[in-house]
Amino acid sequence: MTNSWTDIKNTDLVLIMGGNAAEAHPCGFKWVTEAKANRGAKLIVVDPRFTRSASVADFYAPIRQGTDIAFLLGVINYCLQNGKIQKDYVANYTNASLVVKEGYSYKDGLFSGYDESKRDYDRSTWDYEIGPDGYAVTDTTLQHPRCVFNLLKEHVAQYTPEFVERICGTPKDKFLTVAKMVSETSAPDKVMTSMYALGWTQHSKGSQNIRGMAMLQLLLGNMGLAGGGMNALRGHSNIQGLTDVGLMSNLLPGYLTLPSEKETSLAPYMQTRLFKPLRPDQTSFWQNYKKFFVSFQKAMYGPAATAENDWAFDYLPKLDVTYDVLRAFDLMDQGKMTGYFCQGFNPLLSFPDRGKVTRALSKLKWLVTMDPLETETSRFWENHGKYNEVDSASIQTEVFQLPSTCFAEDEGSLTNSSRWLQWHWPGADAPGEAKSDVWIMAQLWKRLKTAYQKDGGAFPDPIVNLVWNYKNPDDPQPDEIAREVNGYVLADVPDPTDSSKMLLQKGKQVPAFAALRDDGTTACGCWIYSGSFTEAGNMMARRDNKDPGDMGAYLNWAFAWPANRRVLYNRASANLEGQPWDPSRKLIAWDGSKWAGNDIPDIAPTAKPGTVMPFIMNQEGVGKLWVRAGMRDGPFPVHYEPFESPINNPVNPKIKGNPVARVFKEDLARMAENGSKEFPYAATSYRLTEHFHYWTKHVQVNAVLQPEFFVEISEQLAAEKGIKPGGWVKVSSKRGQVEAKAVVTKRIKPLTCDGKTVHVVGIPIHWGFMGAAKKGFGPNSLTPFVGDANIETPEFKAFLVNVEPIPGPVA
Amino acid sequence: MASTSSTKSVVVDRYAVGARINHWVTAISFILLALSGLAFFTPSLYFLTGLFGGGQLARTLHPWIGVVLFISFSGLFVRFWKANLWNADDSAWMSKLPDVVAGHEERLPEIGKYNAGQKLVFWGMALLILVLFATGLVIWQQYFGASSSIDQQRVALLIHAAAAVGTILIWIVHVYAAIWVRGTIQAMTRGNVTGGWGWRHHRKWLREEVQKGEVKAQPAE
Amino acid sequence: MATMELVRRSASSSPAFQPGAQEVAKLIDVSKCIGCKACQAACLEWNDLREEVGFNDGTLNNPHDLTPASFTVMRFTEWENAATGNLEFLIRKDGCMHCSDPGCLKACPAPGAIVQYSNGIVDFDHDKCIGCGYCVKGCPFNIPRISKADNKAYKCTLCSDRVAVGQGPACAKACPTKAISFGTKQEMKDLADKRINDLKSRGYGQAGLYDPPGVNGTHVMYVLHHNDRPSLYAGLPDNPKISTVVELWKGVAKYAGLAFIGLAAVGAAVHHMVAGPNRVSSEDEENAARLKEKA
Repeated sequence: MTNSWTDIKNTDLVLIMGGNAAEAHPCGFKWVTEAKANRGAKLIVVDPRFTRSASVADFYAPIRQGTDIAFLLGVINYCLQNGKIQKDYVANYTNASLVVKEGYSYKDGLFSGYDESKRDYDRSTWDYEIGPDGYAVTDTTLQHPRCVFNLLKEHVAQYTPEFVERICGTPKDKFLTVAKMVSETSAPDKVMTSMYALGWTQHSKGSQNIRGMAMLQLLLGNMGLAGGGMNALRGHSNIQGLTDVGLMSNLLPGYLTLPSEKETSLAPYMQTRLFKPLRPDQTSFWQNYKKFFVSFQKAMYGPAATAENDWAFDYLPKLDVTYDVLRAFDLMDQGKMTGYFCQGFNPLLSFPDRGKVTRALSKLKWLVTMDPLETETSRFWENHGKYNEVDSASIQTEVFQLPSTCFAEDEGSLTNSSRWLQWHWPGADAPGEAKSDVWIMAQLWKRLKTAYQKDGGAFPDPIVNLVWNYKNPDDPQPDEIAREVNGYVLADVPDPTDSSKMLLQKGKQVPAFAALRDDGTTACGCWIYSGSFTEAGNMMARRDNKDPGDMGAYLNWAFAWPANRRVLYNRASANLEGQPWDPSRKLIAWDGSKWAGNDIPDIAPTAKPGTVMPFIMNQEGVGKLWVRAGMRDGPFPVHYEPFESPINNPVNPKIKGNPVARVFKEDLARMAENGSKEFPYAATSYRLTEHFHYWTKHVQVNAVLQPEFFVEISEQLAAEKGIKPGGWVKVSSKRGQVEAKAVVTKRIKPLTCDGKTVHVVGIPIHWGFMGAAKKGFGPNSLTPFVGDANIETPEFKAFLVNVEPIPGPVA
Repeated sequence: MASTSSTKSVVVDRYAVGARINHWVTAISFILLALSGLAFFTPSLYFLTGLFGGGQLARTLHPWIGVVLFISFSGLFVRFWKANLWNADDSAWMSKLPDVVAGHEERLPEIGKYNAGQKLVFWGMALLILVLFATGLVIWQQYFGASSSIDQQRVALLIHAAAAVGTILIWIVHVYAAIWVRGTIQAMTRGNVTGGWGWRHHRKWLREEVQKGEVKAQPAE
Repeated sequence: MATMELVRRSASSSPAFQPGAQEVAKLIDVSKCIGCKACQAACLEWNDLREEVGFNDGTLNNPHDLTPASFTVMRFTEWENAATGNLEFLIRKDGCMHCSDPGCLKACPAPGAIVQYSNGIVDFDHDKCIGCGYCVKGCPFNIPRISKADNKAYKCTLCSDRVAVGQGPACAKACPTKAISFGTKQEMKDLADKRINDLKSRGYGQAGLYDPPGVNGTHVMYVLHHNDRPSLYAGLPDNPKISTVVELWKGVAKYAGLAFIGLAAVGAAVHHMVAGPNRVSSEDEENAARLKEKA
């Protein structure tokens, strides 16, 4: 989230699209009801299904899954056509006026530089025109034909209400109602918040879905404002923490990136991470990259990381390709990955094309699962009849189940969607032999270190030199780790202005990431978490719910990264002169000498308004309506159909799926063609409010509330296929089939897309063959093995199936 | 007592042992049902559940006793329904009800085994017990709570209560008649009545019994 | 608010419930409810209930109905509003309404098995319950359920145990959207007014408070978008009152029945006193003996 859950109460309009906050995030959704009840805010829901969020919405519009970009670009087009943009904001706080260099082009769904054989772009033309001063050229009159504003206008012109209806199946009048309501928030004192979740990310163009909305929010002037922003509703209590500390195969903590195999030493690595400002006087905060990187290396390797050895740069793995989970399972399936460590993860149910996942796990030599629950993955080899039809005797994988504590049984911090690090304490003792994840990891490391010390090996250094300064090396305590993550001072640093004073004192916790240095005098595990555990104590454990400005900031409740800031880009909540666009919703303001207000300013405290622009993380200093090479699949979003779609892409019928999404050849062969007769229905998967993922089916109460796997279909499809409510159906895709009860509902209605009737089939995710609920299936038996072009999130939200009534099991 | 007669008094068998057992099973069931039923009917009599070991047990037993009564009464019905068919004498008897109440039996027509009052008791009970059994099933929560709608159950409860009051009223008439008409009770205890009882109350029946040779001399005391 | 003075007991003579300042109420704002069933989970947990894992019956309703172990359930209704052309997904949390004039209490034959507190809460005392199911017949909302396990009646207690110590009901505590509120009845009515104004401003002209007068009001009230048609919400009674049949049964039938029985008994006694016993005379005996001899 750019904002926070509590900030949603400040909004005028909530647009839930690409998510279902009421069902998947009911506790956070309370802030929507607060905004509605206390501010008279309106709620719009755009979704293929009339969800429980829609049940409390002021307006609902249906949409075909996987067509959000067309819808959003349609709204952008509407706003531009009708002059419904926040003009001052767009002119000053976005890159609308920057001029794109010659050579960049877009035609029929493809940008300049596309190489079909590589399924990738040469992105060199995707850049600004750089002037003689070394900065990007601007045209503040917005007249230049290649300025971003005009490129955008041209790019979205195709997405008329009629075209949106043709692609999305959203009736024109409903689309226009939404567009009009949204466009009204272009007024400087009106704000819209965007609440989205996996309904946008789990697509082969998930990142661009979000880009689409981010662009719209910039045009409406809603970024950085109270009650505005882009609010990703994270689906686990700590999934924000997972990404923050870099639990991705290509990331280091704090969104630092691993080197590529071409970057063989620190110098070339840093060369691509200089982040020089593209406009004069801009912050371009990533210029501090090296401070964070060196501090991280010091936290990891301590004395072994020196200036002489490039801060142990060689210890880091170098990437040839991205090792995301899809690739990992593909490598397993090829027999190239033979061991798998599965910590708090249930891929047998949560990764696509379950048949492939089972096959891949069966080829492993060993599998370790660390989980509080008996996951399906840990029992993938066990035959559960049709629910897990495997030949156990033929599977030779050795499985080690390590029972671990769950969140209620251990201490530590969870980072929520609001970027709040909230400390928690154990509420119960762990059952049986369960041990904390930290304890298990410590034991593993200890044995690995001993083995490397004894036997040497090709490259023992990163293991044997790992910093392990815990009181009890066998059982590091959460607060010890939290202190490391915050960062600490390794050597005294004198104050350059007054040599009698110390800027930093050896052995102290660093107060904030601003204190981090690239000379090896500071160590920090995750720079964005700096400030969470300072000399003043554990900031994450704070529980003061006073809110003096009544802005939902709660600055003394826990710790929000970065720097305890509650609304990112909050400088943009004030106009060029530094005064709030809406004085009744002041976040920060310029008082003539500094920035202050109800939140921690997201700008240098003395940065003069009118000079330093709000989007300090961007080299441009402004928000990006058009991105340079940052997105693999284009500077603007384009409507691409899902890889399995009931229609061909009206933008360009020749393009299947996202042209840049990486897809393995064998998996492509296991996908239905567009408009398939065999698999004619557009399916989507989702959570239900009664369950959390595959966990709560182990809980009797939750199993009672939603006991049995079902699929949702429209009354029309049920009539067509002779399916009775509560009757049994078989749902099949090119990759597998499941059996389910049928929920026949008015909440799903057939859509008309490109002249065709499209039936939507809804498949919830919560059932497996372990736990208290009735045995069932998950949609991953059906879903295609393809991920987003940028971050490889699997396309769970749009695929093709067939549905047939079947006789129920004999009781 | 006049002793001018040389004849010895006689007795007539009225109920065989099977009929008597059948009657008393029915009677006991009825009394238990009335006691437990009244306990549920009105809070002022709820204390009667104490006779059954408390409310829960009373609630459990009542319907089962009802089943016993139904079966038992069915036996009585099979035994006696023919004898309770209405005839012309009954209508004549009924027309002289004030004489009946006043005990002027000499003014009444000669009556067979049962008089019209007894027959009304018989048919009234038969009808109401059938109604009680049927409505009782509907409101038997433990086994049939889900077999009918709540609206139906409400009506069934009302009918059950009303029918139960009806049976109690008939029962009072029945019992009182047995007490008032001296010499009656022994018909259900010893199984016989004196000839005089027969002569006075059921002369036609007595004549028939005499014809059949069923009237015996009084056994020596 | 936590005053829990017992003012009425079933099967006992006690005055009708008097509304007063101590009255509490739970307000269920249907327009804020997202059907998340957190209230159901909280209810199961707080009351330590062990409902069985059921099955899907083609709807989202689970458990499908109230049971002895489920004091509350969400009832989902999909309704096409012909006036607006919009689909409405109406979600109502069902459970005991805690009537001011409770039909269950009226029908209950066991003294004190159902009680009403001065704050309006209607509660069951399971030690006294005999499992007859009369409360089921008495209730105009079809709420109480009789357990097959112990033959006792169960329903929402409005968390009388929590309220007694100044807490709100578990469901209200768990509700993430404040669709369930708890306070004095007056506070809840005031809150409802605010909500109704908001709903009216959003085009729900018939929005209103469901506090049915037929049972002298309830201590669980609903804010409904369509208060003119409560039955839209999974058959919420439009005008609930204790059934006339139940009133007859517990009224006229009871008194008339007892009167008849008493009269009959007295009548018999009087008759006996006036008419005396109907004895067989010696003449009768002789006549009978003579009859035999003749034969």
